[in-house]
Amino acid sequence: MAALTEQIALARSADAPARKTPGGIGDSLFRLASYGSALLVLLFLVGILGSIAYGGWPAFREFGPGFITSSAWNIGQEQYGAFVAIIGTIASAFLALLIGVPLSLGIAVYLTQLCPGWARKPVSMTIELLASVPSIIYGMWGLFIFAPLFASYVQIPVSSLVEGMPIVGTLFYARVPSGVGILTAGIILAIMIVPFVASITRDMLDQIPTVLRESAYGIGCTTWEVVRHVLVPQASVSIIGAIMLGLGRALGETMAVTFVIGNANRLSASVFDPGSTIASRIANEFNEADGMQLHALMALGCILFVVTFIVLIIARLLVRRVKVA
Amino acid sequence: MDSANPLTAPTVREAAPISASRVRSGRRVADKILVVASTVATLIGIVVLGSILLMLIVEGVKGFSPLLFTEPTPGPGSEGGGIANAILGSLVLTFIGIVIATPIGVLAGTYLAEYGRASKLADLIRFLNDILLSAPSILIGLFVYTLMVRTMGSYSGWAGGVALAIIATPVIVRTTEDMLRLVPSTLREAGAALGAPPSIVIKAITWRAASAGIVTGIILALARIAGETAPLLFTALNNNSWFSPNLMGGIPNLPVMIYQFALSPYPNWQQLAWAGALLITITILALSIVARFVIKSERAR
Repeated sequence: MAALTEQIALARSADAPARKTPGGIGDSLFRLASYGSALLVLLFLVGILGSIAYGGWPAFREFGPGFITSSAWNIGQEQYGAFVAIIGTIASAFLALLIGVPLSLGIAVYLTQLCPGWARKPVSMTIELLASVPSIIYGMWGLFIFAPLFASYVQIPVSSLVEGMPIVGTLFYARVPSGVGILTAGIILAIMIVPFVASITRDMLDQIPTVLRESAYGIGCTTWEVVRHVLVPQASVSIIGAIMLGLGRALGETMAVTFVIGNANRLSASVFDPGSTIASRIANEFNEADGMQLHALMALGCILFVVTFIVLIIARLLVRRVKVA
Repeated sequence: MDSANPLTAPTVREAAPISASRVRSGRRVADKILVVASTVATLIGIVVLGSILLMLIVEGVKGFSPLLFTEPTPGPGSEGGGIANAILGSLVLTFIGIVIATPIGVLAGTYLAEYGRASKLADLIRFLNDILLSAPSILIGLFVYTLMVRTMGSYSGWAGGVALAIIATPVIVRTTEDMLRLVPSTLREAGAALGAPPSIVIKAITWRAASAGIVTGIILALARIAGETAPLLFTALNNNSWFSPNLMGGIPNLPVMIYQFALSPYPNWQQLAWAGALLITITILALSIVARFVIKSERAR
């Protein structure tokens, strides 16, 4: 059948480019190409998981479940454990959410409720441009501009203030107030996730019918009450989704964190002390690693993959469910 | 919204004798706090962006000279030098990335919007594409390292280009699909009624109608990969000299150059890192702004 139509097409193309019949080789080729490309996207993801799991397998086999709970990272003795990096990753991402989420919600509320009309466009564009600044620039800003200021205006005064106090004294005491550490990484990450969380939240708030807002104002609500009792309950699920999306970014961010976290394999109770995250450790050590160290780094990548993908899947499900509803 | 009546008893109950306002002070304070807090949050965002740009301009302009664009990066401890090789390397890598990603991304987006539509497979791919969109880029670096650097036996520009392509593809898929979905189906039906097979309808009608949007997607992907550092660390690496045309071995590129030079102890290296950072940020911000205007002019039409 296909051959026949092809023949007819060929015979006719000599004198007139007559109408083409649906079907034909070109058509199914095109369909196949787009189908193949779509499958390739699927393959990328499978490939990432497969290659990392393959590379990390020897480390998992060697150290067993102890790989996750051990805090050793000794290249000379070939002893590796992921605990410090996992804690560093979770702690910095948690701090990032703690700081970044209120900031993002504030920006979203400002843009949708308070901002005068003429300023809306430029302000929201400024916030969105923050999202396109490469992460390495945030790292440089964090290390050269923010860290010195943070050390002299926050770390040193706070450390001398809380020194000797029971719990706060360990949590906020900097042995070496250099400005870099888990909290600095958390702050930089917070700045990096703000544009994403803020712009999604703003879109969600914009989607809420104006009638709801206006009727709330109409019965005398203040802006706070409109936000608290009308807007937030309407958009809560998708705001949580946006926050999870931010969390996914914060967990996997590499370059900015590598600049400001201090890269120490040390477990410390203080948020001012240097630490390391999974991504920063891979970035730092991968090129010089071989043998078991390489496998251990791949295994770290595998843990990061699993954690971020669970977070991202939850995030997408939450954001999506609202769009459908 | 009837479930959450925000006003429990805000009435005249306490008509404040001193203040002229009839609003209970607790409510007024809460409102003031919200206004102040969200304004401050926005100001912080603007100040941070301003401070980053200021830092880049102040430090970057100091190191700016025509030599940047003619001299290769200097070796450790030597004087002067430029970043010409890194600029060229970055252009090459980004070009390879976008050349690979564009056909794959546009075709996959076309599948999702035209052929797959509501099928289970299309749903799955759409979902995973969204996840790939925000996947940690360092993991993509690890993947390409295993896939290409290991098998080819050396770092190469090809591996770097492929890593960037994997990052760019989901961006293009997403925008292509979104833009194709905006094309009214009457256009497609009109094409089909003339007897055009689906591929012609897509190529001559839907793609053309959505062309500005698709181009925007490609520009956004370009902006995204131009500054990516993490996936290049283990694929293209870096190099302090000109690279060979076959792109094997370490390929100098701006992001990794900035990373290595910024953390180095040599003042001229740091200077070059700042200049490179300024260059790359201006390029990316310009690309994002251009993309915005392409979308806007399309909507206006």
